[in-house]
Amino acid sequence: MWDYSEKVQEHFFNPRNAGAVENANGVGDVGSLSCGDALRLTLDVEPDTEIILDAGFQTFGCGSAIASSSALTEIIKGMTIDEALKVSNQDIADYLDGLPPEKMHCSVMGREALQAAVANYKGEEWKDDHQEGALVCKCFAIDEILIEDTIRANNLSTVEEVSNYTKAGGGCSSCHEGIEEVLARVMQERGETFDPNAVAGEIKKPVSKLTNIQRIKRIEELLEEIRPNLQRDHGDVELVEVDGRNIYVKMIGACSGCQMAATTLGGIQQHLAEGLSEFIQVLPAEQLSLREAIEA
Amino acid sequence: MSTGIYLDNNATTMVAPEVVEEMLPYFSEQFGNPSSLHQFGDKVGRALKKARKQVQALLGAEHDSEIIFTSCGTESDSTAILSALKAQPERKEIITTKVEHPAILSLCEYLEKEGYTVHYLKVDKKGRLDIKEYACLLTDKVAIVSIMWANNESGTLFPVEEMADMARSAGVMFHTDAVQAVGKIPMKLKETCIDMLSLSGHKLHAPKGIGVLYLRRGVRFRPLLRGGHQERGRRAGTENSASIVALGKACEMAQQALDIEKTQVRAMRDKLEQGILSQVSHCFVTGDPNNRLPNTCNIAFEYIEGEAILLLLNKLGIAASSGSACTSGSLEPSHVMRAMDIPFTAAHGSIRFSFSRYNSMEEVDRVIEAVPSIVEQLRNLSPYWNKDGPVEDPEQAFAPAYA
Repeated sequence: MWDYSEKVQEHFFNPRNAGAVENANGVGDVGSLSCGDALRLTLDVEPDTEIILDAGFQTFGCGSAIASSSALTEIIKGMTIDEALKVSNQDIADYLDGLPPEKMHCSVMGREALQAAVANYKGEEWKDDHQEGALVCKCFAIDEILIEDTIRANNLSTVEEVSNYTKAGGGCSSCHEGIEEVLARVMQERGETFDPNAVAGEIKKPVSKLTNIQRIKRIEELLEEIRPNLQRDHGDVELVEVDGRNIYVKMIGACSGCQMAATTLGGIQQHLAEGLSEFIQVLPAEQLSLREAIEA
Repeated sequence: MSTGIYLDNNATTMVAPEVVEEMLPYFSEQFGNPSSLHQFGDKVGRALKKARKQVQALLGAEHDSEIIFTSCGTESDSTAILSALKAQPERKEIITTKVEHPAILSLCEYLEKEGYTVHYLKVDKKGRLDIKEYACLLTDKVAIVSIMWANNESGTLFPVEEMADMARSAGVMFHTDAVQAVGKIPMKLKETCIDMLSLSGHKLHAPKGIGVLYLRRGVRFRPLLRGGHQERGRRAGTENSASIVALGKACEMAQQALDIEKTQVRAMRDKLEQGILSQVSHCFVTGDPNNRLPNTCNIAFEYIEGEAILLLLNKLGIAASSGSACTSGSLEPSHVMRAMDIPFTAAHGSIRFSFSRYNSMEEVDRVIEAVPSIVEQLRNLSPYWNKDGPVEDPEQAFAPAYA
């Protein structure tokens, strides 16, 4: 069953502000046809200050829809309508200590009900521009419509690109078959055929041969790129020697003697190898003195 | 939850204690490979032979060699359909229904992408098929017909024996997914024209991970898994001997309990149904109440949503399931409820109670007591509901901007 947080359960079993507010002067009715949830939010807004004095909900929906509605009313009571409009669906989810990815749309519905109720209070007509498709990527809660739109807007043609633009498929990767199907469909619209073996983006050009000086400068540049990460953890790195494939570095500060030093070196090695487009080995400077001792 | 009330037996069943006892030695002293010649293997081989007979008896099959052990109902379904396609490459059509289990539907949708044509028979508001529609589709282009014996959600029975006769006359193979039916209603396959049948152990008090494909002798077959000679080369892979022994025992017990299904189990189901319908307004039984499994009842509660009902039932220790979108992990409401044209406001509130012979009348009373207040509690939150009844003209009074 769903992995609902205790807070979700608590708001479901004991919903706050259930029922319609009497003398409401803002009413928002929204629903999601695909999953059959629907919500009516009623607000009592003080006209002079525009403060929400009271909020009530009526929800036809599942446990998280009811909990999201309850949370929303708790969050917005006492806010001005301008403050309330800044409440995002993520705020609602955070208030509930998170929602399962499949259920994030319940919090979206809450935010939309709020927009609709405020529009109603102001005498405006609220138009919904949010569309929801079948959920494709469960790791990051990305639906089909978002993927389709992103492929169209950016002329994407590989799964890797879709992951880079939308995050979809960047987790467990079990939705790649689904993403390929969407790609095939959208690419057909623009008269192309999906090629599963295509390489994403432009192919990296092989780096021209560097002189020793250029190569060392390049290594320094690359180290500079990752330095902020190390400094954030109160450490640092210093280039000591470059000997063919072997690049010797000294770990400084918190990095020195850190239990994660080996992992850090691995990360540096990967970054340098990618930046130089060649196989290299990053070694701690201590091994340099060891080698000198052996050679001496 | 030992004190809980388990009314979700169409999802899975408790492994019967006698079945557990029977299978345990095959994890320890009886560890041999049934294919081995020596005494370690031979004893296991004999146990499998006995289990095969027990399954044969429950199905009323003519030969025990018509029983192929698989890993689950889904594997049996896939094997049956893919075999029919491989064995008759010139036939590119499949007939099935809109309300099959995903084990059939997902496979068929995939096969459509591969270029096959799938005919999905529609159902009426009570979940019944149109036999005339079926008759018109039976041509020599059809490789296989696959029709479920009983629907997992509503319990509605399809006339598979009659439909198998029609397929035979048209020279078309007939498969039935009988995962929900086996052990709940009597069957005598040797007197039917059913060519293939799928069953799943965990629906009849055997463990999960064991299934059977019944394959009538002489029906052309192409294996899904090739390899060793197990199951006469029709399903390679070393036998799951403990589970096969367990399934044999479970089938024997199910056969002895067939009368209990149609008397005691049915009586519990009927009492629950009447108890709820008489106390709760605006709810109705889905499917065909006059032609369904004795253990299943599916009630649609209007204006409230199924997952919310289940969560409140669960709090009282009562386990059931729902056709609501939100319980399935997808955002799609139950395809079975949609195929029966049940309105949205009711389809999302459909709850399935499914019994087994291990339930009791005392449990039924407790559920009848619990349900009305749960429904009332949720209706009080519903925008479609106003104190004692639905708001006037509910669809008009609350017509949200749907995204």
